[in-house]
Amino acid sequence: MITIDNLCKRFGSLEALKNVSAEIKKGSITYLVGPNASGKTTLIKSILGLVKPTSGTIILDGEILNGNFRYREKIGYMPQIASFPENLTVEEIVNMIKNFRESTKTYDEELIDKLILQKEFKKRLKNLSGGTRQKVNACIAFLFNPDILILDEPTAGLDPVSSSILKDKILSEHKNGKTIIFTSHILSELEELAEQVFFLLEGQIRFNGTKDKLINFTEKQNLERAIASIMIGG
Amino acid sequence: MNILFKIIRYQIHDISRSKWLLFYTLFFFLITYGLISFSNDQSKVILSLLNVALIIIPLVSIIFGTVYLYNNKDYIVLILSQPIKRKILYLGLYLGLVIPLAFSFVIGTLIPLIILGKNIPVQIMLILFLFAAGLFQTSIFVSISFLIATWNENKILGLGLSIFTWLLFSVLYDGLLLLMINIFQNYPLEKALIGFSVFNPVDLARILVILKLDVAALMGYTGAVFQKFFNTNFGIVVSFLFLIGWTVIPLMIGKRKFSKKDF
Repeated sequence: MITIDNLCKRFGSLEALKNVSAEIKKGSITYLVGPNASGKTTLIKSILGLVKPTSGTIILDGEILNGNFRYREKIGYMPQIASFPENLTVEEIVNMIKNFRESTKTYDEELIDKLILQKEFKKRLKNLSGGTRQKVNACIAFLFNPDILILDEPTAGLDPVSSSILKDKILSEHKNGKTIIFTSHILSELEELAEQVFFLLEGQIRFNGTKDKLINFTEKQNLERAIASIMIGG
Repeated sequence: MNILFKIIRYQIHDISRSKWLLFYTLFFFLITYGLISFSNDQSKVILSLLNVALIIIPLVSIIFGTVYLYNNKDYIVLILSQPIKRKILYLGLYLGLVIPLAFSFVIGTLIPLIILGKNIPVQIMLILFLFAAGLFQTSIFVSISFLIATWNENKILGLGLSIFTWLLFSVLYDGLLLLMINIFQNYPLEKALIGFSVFNPVDLARILVILKLDVAALMGYTGAVFQKFFNTNFGIVVSFLFLIGWTVIPLMIGKRKFSKKDF
Protein backbone atom coordinates (compact mmCIF):
# COMPACT_ATOMS: atom_id res chain seq x y z
CA MET A 1 0.00 0.00 0.00
CA ILE A 2 1.21 3.48 -0.84
CA THR A 3 0.11 6.39 1.30
CA ILE A 4 0.78 9.88 0.02
CA ASP A 5 0.37 12.58 2.62
CA ASN A 6 0.28 16.30 1.84
CA LEU A 7 2.89 16.02 -0.87
CA CYS A 8 4.19 19.32 -2.29
CA LYS A 9 6.78 19.83 -4.95
CA ARG A 10 8.08 23.12 -6.25
CA PHE A 11 10.38 23.59 -9.22
CA GLY A 12 11.50 27.16 -8.68
CA SER A 13 8.34 29.23 -8.97
CA LEU A 14 6.35 26.40 -10.49
CA GLU A 15 4.21 24.38 -8.11
CA ALA A 16 4.09 20.93 -9.67
CA LEU A 17 2.25 19.27 -6.80
CA LYS A 18 0.09 21.02 -4.22
CA ASN A 19 -0.85 19.14 -1.07
CA VAL A 20 -1.52 15.86 -2.78
CA SER A 21 -2.90 13.21 -0.45
CA ALA A 22 -3.96 9.84 -1.69
CA GLU A 23 -3.96 6.19 -0.90
CA ILE A 24 -3.18 3.44 -3.36
CA LYS A 25 -4.38 0.07 -2.13
CA LYS A 26 -2.47 -3.12 -2.58
CA GLY A 27 -3.64 -5.00 -5.65
CA SER A 28 -5.48 -2.11 -7.24
CA ILE A 29 -5.11 -0.59 -10.67
CA THR A 30 -4.83 3.16 -10.40
CA TYR A 31 -5.13 5.37 -13.40
CA LEU A 32 -3.59 8.83 -13.29
CA VAL A 33 -5.23 11.19 -15.69
CA GLY A 34 -4.93 14.88 -16.34
CA PRO A 35 -3.88 17.35 -19.00
CA ASN A 36 -0.23 17.81 -19.92
CA ALA A 37 1.91 19.28 -17.14
CA SER A 38 -0.68 18.49 -14.47
CA GLY A 39 1.88 16.73 -12.27
CA LYS A 40 1.30 13.06 -13.17
CA THR A 41 4.91 12.29 -13.92
CA THR A 42 6.12 14.31 -10.92
CA LEU A 43 3.86 12.24 -8.67
CA ILE A 44 5.16 8.99 -10.15
CA LYS A 45 8.74 10.15 -9.88
CA SER A 46 8.22 11.12 -6.24
CA ILE A 47 7.14 7.56 -5.48
CA LEU A 48 10.27 6.31 -7.24
CA GLY A 49 12.49 8.72 -5.32
CA LEU A 50 13.59 10.41 -8.53
CA VAL A 51 12.06 13.69 -7.44
CA LYS A 52 12.64 14.89 -3.89
CA PRO A 53 9.43 16.33 -2.44
CA THR A 54 9.52 19.88 -1.03
CA SER A 55 7.28 18.74 1.82
CA GLY A 56 4.98 15.89 2.71
CA THR A 57 5.62 12.19 2.97
CA ILE A 58 5.15 9.01 1.00
CA ILE A 59 4.84 5.75 2.88
CA LEU A 60 5.28 2.55 0.93
CA ASP A 61 4.39 -0.67 2.79
CA GLY A 62 5.04 1.06 6.10
CA GLU A 63 8.40 2.53 5.04
CA ILE A 64 8.79 6.30 4.82
CA LEU A 65 10.65 7.26 1.68
CA ASN A 66 13.53 9.62 2.36
CA GLY A 67 16.41 8.78 0.10
CA ASN A 68 16.40 5.06 0.87
CA PHE A 69 16.77 2.84 -2.16
CA ARG A 70 16.11 -0.79 -1.25
CA TYR A 71 12.33 -0.40 -1.53
CA ARG A 72 12.73 0.01 -5.29
CA GLU A 73 13.27 -3.76 -5.48
CA LYS A 74 9.49 -3.95 -5.19
CA ILE A 75 8.88 -1.60 -8.09
CA GLY A 76 8.98 -2.09 -11.84
CA TYR A 77 9.04 1.22 -13.68
CA MET A 78 8.40 1.90 -17.31
CA PRO A 79 9.35 5.51 -18.08
CA GLN A 80 7.75 7.63 -20.75
CA ILE A 81 10.91 7.88 -22.82
CA ALA A 82 13.02 4.80 -23.32
CA SER A 83 16.70 5.52 -23.51
CA PHE A 84 19.68 3.26 -23.03
CA PRO A 85 23.41 3.45 -23.70
CA GLU A 86 23.57 3.62 -27.48
CA ASN A 87 26.32 1.09 -28.07
CA LEU A 88 24.99 -1.76 -25.95
CA THR A 89 22.88 -4.56 -27.40
CA VAL A 90 19.38 -5.38 -26.15
CA GLU A 91 20.67 -8.56 -24.56
CA GLU A 92 23.37 -6.65 -22.68
CA ILE A 93 20.82 -4.14 -21.39
CA VAL A 94 18.56 -6.90 -20.10
CA ASN A 95 21.51 -8.66 -18.47
CA MET A 96 22.73 -5.40 -17.02
CA ILE A 97 19.45 -4.69 -15.25
CA LYS A 98 19.34 -8.31 -14.07
CA ASN A 99 22.80 -7.78 -12.63
CA PHE A 100 21.68 -4.64 -10.83
CA ARG A 101 18.77 -6.46 -9.21
CA GLU A 102 20.52 -9.44 -7.85
CA SER A 103 17.99 -10.17 -5.15
CA THR A 104 15.45 -11.33 -7.72
CA LYS A 105 16.29 -14.76 -9.00
CA THR A 106 13.22 -15.73 -10.97
CA TYR A 107 12.41 -13.70 -14.02
CA ASP A 108 9.12 -13.14 -15.73
CA GLU A 109 10.07 -13.36 -19.38
CA GLU A 110 6.54 -13.81 -20.72
CA LEU A 111 6.53 -10.37 -22.28
CA ILE A 112 9.89 -10.94 -23.99
CA ASP A 113 8.45 -14.07 -25.61
CA LYS A 114 5.14 -12.54 -26.57
CA LEU A 115 6.65 -9.38 -28.02
CA ILE A 116 9.21 -11.57 -29.82
CA LEU A 117 12.03 -9.46 -28.51
CA GLN A 118 14.59 -12.24 -28.83
CA LYS A 119 15.09 -11.48 -32.47
CA GLU A 120 16.31 -7.99 -31.56
CA PHE A 121 18.65 -9.24 -28.83
CA LYS A 122 21.86 -8.88 -30.81
CA LYS A 123 21.07 -5.42 -32.15
CA ARG A 124 22.57 -2.29 -30.68
CA LEU A 125 20.17 0.15 -29.08
CA LYS A 126 21.05 2.96 -31.47
CA ASN A 127 19.77 0.85 -34.37
CA LEU A 128 16.34 0.24 -32.82
CA SER A 129 13.15 2.09 -33.65
CA GLY A 130 11.28 4.05 -31.00
CA GLY A 131 8.60 1.38 -30.69
CA THR A 132 11.14 -1.40 -30.20
CA ARG A 133 12.88 0.61 -27.51
CA GLN A 134 9.54 0.98 -25.81
CA LYS A 135 9.13 -2.81 -25.91
CA VAL A 136 12.53 -3.25 -24.26
CA ASN A 137 11.38 -0.78 -21.67
CA ALA A 138 8.18 -2.71 -21.00
CA CYS A 139 9.97 -6.05 -20.76
CA ILE A 140 12.40 -4.65 -18.20
CA ALA A 141 9.57 -3.27 -16.06
CA PHE A 142 7.85 -6.67 -15.87
CA LEU A 143 11.00 -8.78 -15.75
CA PHE A 144 11.46 -8.89 -11.99
CA ASN A 145 7.95 -9.80 -10.99
CA PRO A 146 7.65 -6.64 -8.86
CA ASP A 147 4.79 -6.07 -6.42
CA ILE A 148 4.22 -2.59 -7.77
CA LEU A 149 4.20 -1.65 -11.45
CA ILE A 150 4.48 1.98 -12.42
CA LEU A 151 3.82 2.58 -16.09
CA ASP A 152 4.11 6.05 -17.56
CA GLU A 153 2.17 6.07 -20.82
CA PRO A 154 2.98 2.42 -21.46
CA THR A 155 1.33 2.04 -24.85
CA ALA A 156 2.57 5.27 -26.43
CA GLY A 157 4.51 4.40 -29.56
CA LEU A 158 3.52 0.75 -29.63
CA ASP A 159 1.72 -0.84 -32.57
CA PRO A 160 -1.83 -2.16 -31.88
CA VAL A 161 -0.68 -5.77 -31.60
CA SER A 162 2.06 -5.03 -29.06
CA SER A 163 -0.16 -2.61 -27.25
CA SER A 164 -2.87 -5.24 -26.71
CA ILE A 165 -0.25 -7.77 -25.62
CA LEU A 166 0.93 -5.26 -23.06
CA LYS A 167 -2.61 -4.53 -21.87
CA ASP A 168 -3.32 -8.24 -21.47
CA LYS A 169 -0.15 -8.52 -19.44
CA ILE A 170 -1.24 -5.63 -17.23
CA LEU A 171 -4.60 -7.31 -16.59
CA SER A 172 -3.05 -10.68 -15.87
CA GLU A 173 -0.58 -9.12 -13.43
CA HIS A 174 -3.50 -7.41 -11.78
CA LYS A 175 -5.13 -10.80 -11.31
CA ASN A 176 -1.91 -11.95 -9.66
CA GLY A 177 -2.43 -9.27 -7.04
CA LYS A 178 0.05 -6.67 -8.28
CA THR A 179 -0.46 -3.00 -7.54
CA ILE A 180 -0.48 -1.09 -10.81
CA ILE A 181 -0.23 2.64 -11.35
CA PHE A 182 -0.35 3.98 -14.86
CA THR A 183 -0.85 7.15 -16.82
CA SER A 184 -2.19 7.48 -20.30
CA HIS A 185 -3.98 9.87 -22.57
CA ILE A 186 -5.80 7.08 -24.35
CA LEU A 187 -9.15 6.96 -22.62
CA SER A 188 -10.19 3.60 -23.98
CA GLU A 189 -7.39 2.20 -21.84
CA LEU A 190 -9.00 3.75 -18.85
CA GLU A 191 -12.30 1.99 -19.60
CA GLU A 192 -10.50 -1.27 -20.18
CA LEU A 193 -8.04 -1.31 -17.33
CA ALA A 194 -8.70 1.08 -14.51
CA GLU A 195 -10.48 0.61 -11.22
CA GLN A 196 -9.45 3.66 -9.35
CA VAL A 197 -9.04 7.03 -11.03
CA PHE A 198 -6.99 10.00 -9.85
CA PHE A 199 -7.70 13.10 -11.82
CA LEU A 200 -4.89 15.63 -11.52
CA LEU A 201 -5.20 19.25 -12.51
CA GLU A 202 -2.54 21.87 -11.88
CA GLY A 203 -0.83 19.72 -9.29
CA GLN A 204 -3.94 18.87 -7.28
CA ILE A 205 -6.07 15.77 -7.17
CA ARG A 206 -9.50 16.94 -8.35
CA PHE A 207 -11.16 13.57 -8.36
CA ASN A 208 -10.34 10.36 -6.58
CA GLY A 209 -12.57 7.32 -6.81
CA THR A 210 -13.76 4.46 -8.95
CA LYS A 211 -14.57 4.97 -12.60
CA ASP A 212 -18.30 4.43 -12.05
CA LYS A 213 -18.24 7.14 -9.45
CA LEU A 214 -16.54 9.41 -11.98
CA ILE A 215 -19.37 8.95 -14.46
CA ASN A 216 -21.99 9.62 -11.82
CA PHE A 217 -20.04 12.58 -10.52
CA THR A 218 -20.02 14.36 -13.86
CA GLU A 219 -23.42 13.10 -15.01
CA LYS A 220 -22.06 12.15 -18.42
CA GLN A 221 -22.87 8.95 -20.28
CA ASN A 222 -19.32 7.62 -20.66
CA LEU A 223 -15.85 8.02 -19.30
CA GLU A 224 -14.41 9.95 -22.18
CA ARG A 225 -17.02 12.67 -21.82
CA ALA A 226 -16.72 12.55 -18.05
CA ILE A 227 -12.96 13.16 -18.21
CA ALA A 228 -13.32 15.81 -20.85
CA SER A 229 -15.86 17.64 -18.77
CA ILE A 230 -13.56 17.90 -15.73
CA MET A 231 -10.64 18.86 -17.94
CA ILE A 232 -12.58 21.74 -19.37
CA GLY A 233 -13.25 22.81 -15.82
CA GLY A 234 -16.44 21.19 -14.66
CA MET B 1 30.74 -2.05 -4.02
CA ASN B 2 29.72 -4.92 -6.21
CA ILE B 3 27.14 -2.78 -7.98
CA LEU B 4 29.77 -0.09 -8.57
CA PHE B 5 31.96 -2.50 -10.53
CA LYS B 6 28.98 -3.65 -12.56
CA ILE B 7 28.06 -0.09 -13.51
CA ILE B 8 31.66 0.61 -14.49
CA ARG B 9 31.87 -2.60 -16.50
CA TYR B 10 28.76 -1.90 -18.58
CA GLN B 11 29.78 1.66 -19.15
CA ILE B 12 33.21 0.64 -20.39
CA HIS B 13 31.42 -1.79 -22.72
CA ASP B 14 29.33 1.06 -24.06
CA ILE B 15 32.04 3.70 -24.39
CA SER B 16 34.72 1.43 -25.77
CA ARG B 17 32.48 0.88 -28.80
CA SER B 18 32.18 4.59 -29.45
CA LYS B 19 34.08 5.66 -32.53
CA TRP B 20 35.15 8.86 -30.80
CA LEU B 21 37.24 6.87 -28.40
CA LEU B 22 38.88 5.11 -31.32
CA PHE B 23 39.71 8.47 -32.92
CA TYR B 24 41.09 9.66 -29.63
CA THR B 25 43.42 6.66 -29.32
CA LEU B 26 44.43 6.96 -32.95
CA PHE B 27 45.15 10.64 -32.51
CA PHE B 28 47.67 10.03 -29.73
CA PHE B 29 49.14 7.16 -31.66
CA LEU B 30 49.75 9.32 -34.75
CA ILE B 31 51.07 12.30 -32.79
CA THR B 32 53.50 10.20 -30.80
CA TYR B 33 54.55 8.22 -33.86
CA GLY B 34 55.10 11.42 -35.81
CA LEU B 35 57.03 13.19 -33.08
CA ILE B 36 59.38 10.27 -32.54
CA SER B 37 59.92 9.91 -36.27
CA PHE B 38 60.86 13.57 -36.64
CA SER B 39 63.15 13.95 -33.68
CA ASN B 40 65.49 11.80 -31.71
CA ASP B 41 65.86 14.13 -28.79
CA GLN B 42 63.84 12.68 -25.94
CA SER B 43 63.27 16.02 -24.21
CA LYS B 44 61.81 17.52 -27.36
CA VAL B 45 59.54 14.55 -27.95
CA ILE B 46 58.26 14.45 -24.40
CA LEU B 47 57.84 18.21 -24.25
CA SER B 48 55.86 18.34 -27.51
CA LEU B 49 53.79 15.37 -26.46
CA LEU B 50 53.10 17.08 -23.14
CA ASN B 51 51.98 20.26 -24.84
CA VAL B 52 49.60 18.39 -27.13
CA ALA B 53 48.28 16.27 -24.28
CA LEU B 54 47.67 19.28 -22.05
CA ILE B 55 45.51 20.93 -24.68
CA ILE B 56 43.67 17.89 -26.03
CA ILE B 57 43.04 15.80 -22.92
CA PRO B 58 41.26 18.53 -20.93
CA LEU B 59 39.21 19.53 -23.98
CA VAL B 60 38.11 16.01 -24.87
CA SER B 61 37.52 14.99 -21.24
CA ILE B 62 35.39 17.98 -20.37
CA ILE B 63 33.30 17.90 -23.58
CA PHE B 64 32.89 14.12 -23.59
CA GLY B 65 31.90 14.14 -19.90
CA THR B 66 29.34 16.91 -20.25
CA VAL B 67 27.77 15.50 -23.40
CA TYR B 68 27.71 11.99 -21.96
CA LEU B 69 25.73 13.02 -18.90
CA TYR B 70 23.27 15.10 -20.90
CA ASN B 71 22.73 12.47 -23.57
CA ASN B 72 22.20 9.69 -21.09
CA LYS B 73 19.76 11.48 -18.83
CA ASP B 74 16.90 9.07 -19.52
CA TYR B 75 19.18 6.11 -19.05
CA ILE B 76 20.28 7.54 -15.70
CA VAL B 77 16.61 7.83 -14.73
CA LEU B 78 16.08 4.20 -15.63
CA ILE B 79 19.04 3.10 -13.50
CA LEU B 80 17.89 5.29 -10.62
CA SER B 81 14.52 3.56 -10.65
CA GLN B 82 16.38 0.36 -9.80
CA PRO B 83 17.42 -0.33 -6.21
CA ILE B 84 20.73 1.51 -6.57
CA LYS B 85 22.18 4.29 -4.44
CA ARG B 86 22.63 7.57 -6.24
CA LYS B 87 26.16 8.02 -4.90
CA ILE B 88 27.20 4.65 -6.27
CA LEU B 89 25.72 5.44 -9.68
CA TYR B 90 27.55 8.78 -9.85
CA LEU B 91 30.89 7.22 -9.00
CA GLY B 92 30.19 4.39 -11.42
CA LEU B 93 29.41 6.76 -14.27
CA TYR B 94 32.51 8.79 -13.44
CA LEU B 95 34.94 5.90 -13.28
CA GLY B 96 33.30 4.26 -16.25
CA LEU B 97 34.21 7.31 -18.30
CA VAL B 98 37.63 8.11 -16.83
CA ILE B 99 38.99 4.58 -17.21
CA PRO B 100 38.42 4.20 -20.99
CA LEU B 101 39.58 7.77 -21.70
CA ALA B 102 42.75 7.34 -19.66
CA PHE B 103 43.36 3.92 -21.17
CA SER B 104 43.03 5.38 -24.67
CA PHE B 105 45.66 8.01 -23.97
CA VAL B 106 48.11 5.56 -22.41
CA ILE B 107 47.70 2.94 -25.16
CA GLY B 108 47.84 5.51 -27.96
CA THR B 109 51.08 6.94 -26.60
CA LEU B 110 52.69 3.77 -25.36
CA ILE B 111 52.51 1.69 -28.55
CA PRO B 112 54.64 4.03 -30.71
CA LEU B 113 57.03 4.51 -27.78
CA ILE B 114 57.54 0.76 -27.64
CA ILE B 115 57.79 0.33 -31.41
CA LEU B 116 60.20 3.20 -32.00
CA GLY B 117 61.64 3.44 -28.50
CA LYS B 118 64.86 1.74 -29.44
CA ASN B 119 65.79 4.67 -31.69
CA ILE B 120 65.94 7.07 -28.79
CA PRO B 121 66.64 6.37 -25.17
CA VAL B 122 63.70 7.55 -23.08
CA GLN B 123 63.75 7.63 -19.33
CA ILE B 124 61.04 5.41 -17.86
CA MET B 125 60.49 7.88 -15.03
CA LEU B 126 59.82 10.66 -17.49
CA ILE B 127 57.20 8.62 -19.31
CA LEU B 128 55.56 7.73 -16.04
CA PHE B 129 55.37 11.41 -15.17
CA LEU B 130 53.88 12.17 -18.58
CA PHE B 131 51.26 9.45 -18.06
CA ALA B 132 50.54 10.71 -14.56
CA ALA B 133 50.00 14.19 -15.99
CA GLY B 134 47.64 12.80 -18.66
CA LEU B 135 45.71 10.65 -16.20
CA PHE B 136 45.25 13.55 -13.81
CA GLN B 137 44.04 15.79 -16.64
CA THR B 138 41.47 13.13 -17.54
CA SER B 139 40.25 12.55 -14.00
CA ILE B 140 40.17 16.27 -13.19
CA PHE B 141 38.33 17.44 -16.28
CA VAL B 142 35.78 14.61 -16.30
CA SER B 143 35.15 15.42 -12.64
CA ILE B 144 34.59 19.10 -13.50
CA SER B 145 32.39 18.20 -16.48
CA PHE B 146 30.18 15.99 -14.30
CA LEU B 147 29.82 18.80 -11.81
CA ILE B 148 28.82 21.23 -14.57
CA ALA B 149 26.34 18.82 -16.15
CA THR B 150 24.79 17.93 -12.79
CA TRP B 151 24.48 21.56 -11.79
CA ASN B 152 22.87 22.83 -15.00
CA GLU B 153 19.78 21.40 -16.57
CA ASN B 154 20.35 23.48 -19.68
CA LYS B 155 22.50 21.59 -22.15
CA ILE B 156 23.65 24.62 -24.12
CA LEU B 157 24.65 26.49 -20.98
CA GLY B 158 26.42 23.43 -19.60
CA LEU B 159 28.38 22.89 -22.77
CA GLY B 160 29.28 26.58 -22.93
CA LEU B 161 30.51 26.51 -19.35
CA SER B 162 32.60 23.44 -20.11
CA ILE B 163 34.28 25.04 -23.09
CA PHE B 164 34.86 28.20 -21.11
CA THR B 165 36.42 26.23 -18.24
CA TRP B 166 38.77 24.54 -20.66
CA LEU B 167 39.66 27.85 -22.29
CA LEU B 168 40.22 29.42 -18.91
CA PHE B 169 42.66 26.79 -17.65
CA SER B 170 44.39 26.10 -20.95
CA VAL B 171 44.79 29.58 -22.37
CA LEU B 172 43.35 32.49 -20.41
CA TYR B 173 44.91 31.67 -17.06
CA ASP B 174 48.46 31.78 -18.40
CA GLY B 175 47.69 34.93 -20.30
CA LEU B 176 46.39 36.62 -17.17
CA LEU B 177 49.45 35.50 -15.24
CA LEU B 178 51.75 36.95 -17.91
CA LEU B 179 49.80 40.17 -17.84
CA MET B 180 50.17 40.29 -14.08
CA ILE B 181 53.91 39.63 -14.26
CA ASN B 182 54.18 42.42 -16.78
CA ILE B 183 52.24 44.90 -14.68
CA PHE B 184 53.97 44.06 -11.40
CA GLN B 185 57.41 43.41 -12.83
CA ASN B 186 59.07 45.57 -10.22
CA TYR B 187 57.87 43.39 -7.39
CA PRO B 188 59.09 39.95 -6.29
CA LEU B 189 56.34 37.69 -7.61
CA GLU B 190 57.92 34.23 -7.53
CA LYS B 191 56.16 32.96 -4.43
CA ALA B 192 52.85 34.37 -5.62
CA LEU B 193 53.30 32.63 -8.97
CA ILE B 194 53.76 29.28 -7.26
CA GLY B 195 50.60 30.05 -5.35
CA PHE B 196 48.70 30.90 -8.52
CA SER B 197 49.89 27.91 -10.49
CA VAL B 198 48.48 25.37 -8.02
CA PHE B 199 45.04 26.76 -8.75
CA ASN B 200 45.35 25.71 -12.36
CA PRO B 201 45.40 21.93 -12.82
CA VAL B 202 46.90 22.22 -16.30
CA ASP B 203 49.83 24.28 -15.05
CA LEU B 204 50.39 21.93 -12.15
CA ALA B 205 50.74 18.97 -14.48
CA ARG B 206 52.95 20.90 -16.87
CA ILE B 207 55.29 22.00 -14.10
CA LEU B 208 55.61 18.45 -12.83
CA VAL B 209 56.81 17.10 -16.16
CA ILE B 210 58.93 20.09 -17.13
CA LEU B 211 60.84 19.96 -13.89
CA LYS B 212 61.42 16.27 -14.36
CA LEU B 213 62.85 17.12 -17.80
CA ASP B 214 65.49 19.48 -16.36
CA VAL B 215 64.62 22.22 -18.79
CA ALA B 216 63.26 24.45 -16.05
CA ALA B 217 66.06 26.89 -16.70
CA LEU B 218 64.36 27.61 -20.02
CA MET B 219 61.50 28.99 -18.03
CA GLY B 220 63.69 31.83 -16.88
CA TYR B 221 63.89 33.30 -13.44
CA THR B 222 60.53 31.95 -12.27
CA GLY B 223 61.56 28.55 -13.60
CA ALA B 224 64.43 28.53 -11.20
CA VAL B 225 62.11 29.39 -8.34
CA PHE B 226 59.75 26.62 -9.39
CA GLN B 227 62.64 24.21 -9.54
CA LYS B 228 63.72 25.18 -6.07
CA PHE B 229 60.26 24.55 -4.74
CA PHE B 230 58.94 21.71 -6.87
CA ASN B 231 61.90 19.56 -7.62
CA THR B 232 62.43 18.66 -4.05
CA ASN B 233 60.44 15.59 -3.12
CA PHE B 234 58.31 17.78 -0.93
CA GLY B 235 57.33 19.88 -3.93
CA ILE B 236 56.35 16.81 -5.93
CA VAL B 237 54.24 15.51 -3.07
CA VAL B 238 52.55 18.90 -2.69
CA SER B 239 51.70 19.13 -6.37
CA PHE B 240 50.36 15.57 -6.43
CA LEU B 241 48.20 16.42 -3.45
CA PHE B 242 46.81 19.44 -5.28
CA LEU B 243 46.12 17.35 -8.38
CA ILE B 244 44.27 14.83 -6.24
CA GLY B 245 42.36 17.70 -4.65
CA TRP B 246 41.40 18.97 -8.10
CA THR B 247 39.95 15.54 -8.87
CA VAL B 248 38.24 14.80 -5.59
CA ILE B 249 36.71 18.17 -4.67
CA PRO B 250 34.60 18.70 -7.84
CA LEU B 251 33.69 15.00 -7.71
CA MET B 252 32.43 15.27 -4.13
CA ILE B 253 30.47 18.47 -4.79
CA GLY B 254 28.98 16.88 -7.91
CA LYS B 255 28.06 13.76 -5.99
CA ARG B 256 26.24 15.81 -3.35
CA LYS B 257 24.37 17.74 -6.03
CA PHE B 258 23.51 14.49 -7.81
CA SER B 259 22.16 12.94 -4.61
CA LYS B 260 19.79 15.84 -4.04
CA LYS B 261 18.78 16.40 -7.63
CA ASP B 262 15.31 15.93 -9.16
CA PHE B 263 15.20 13.80 -12.28
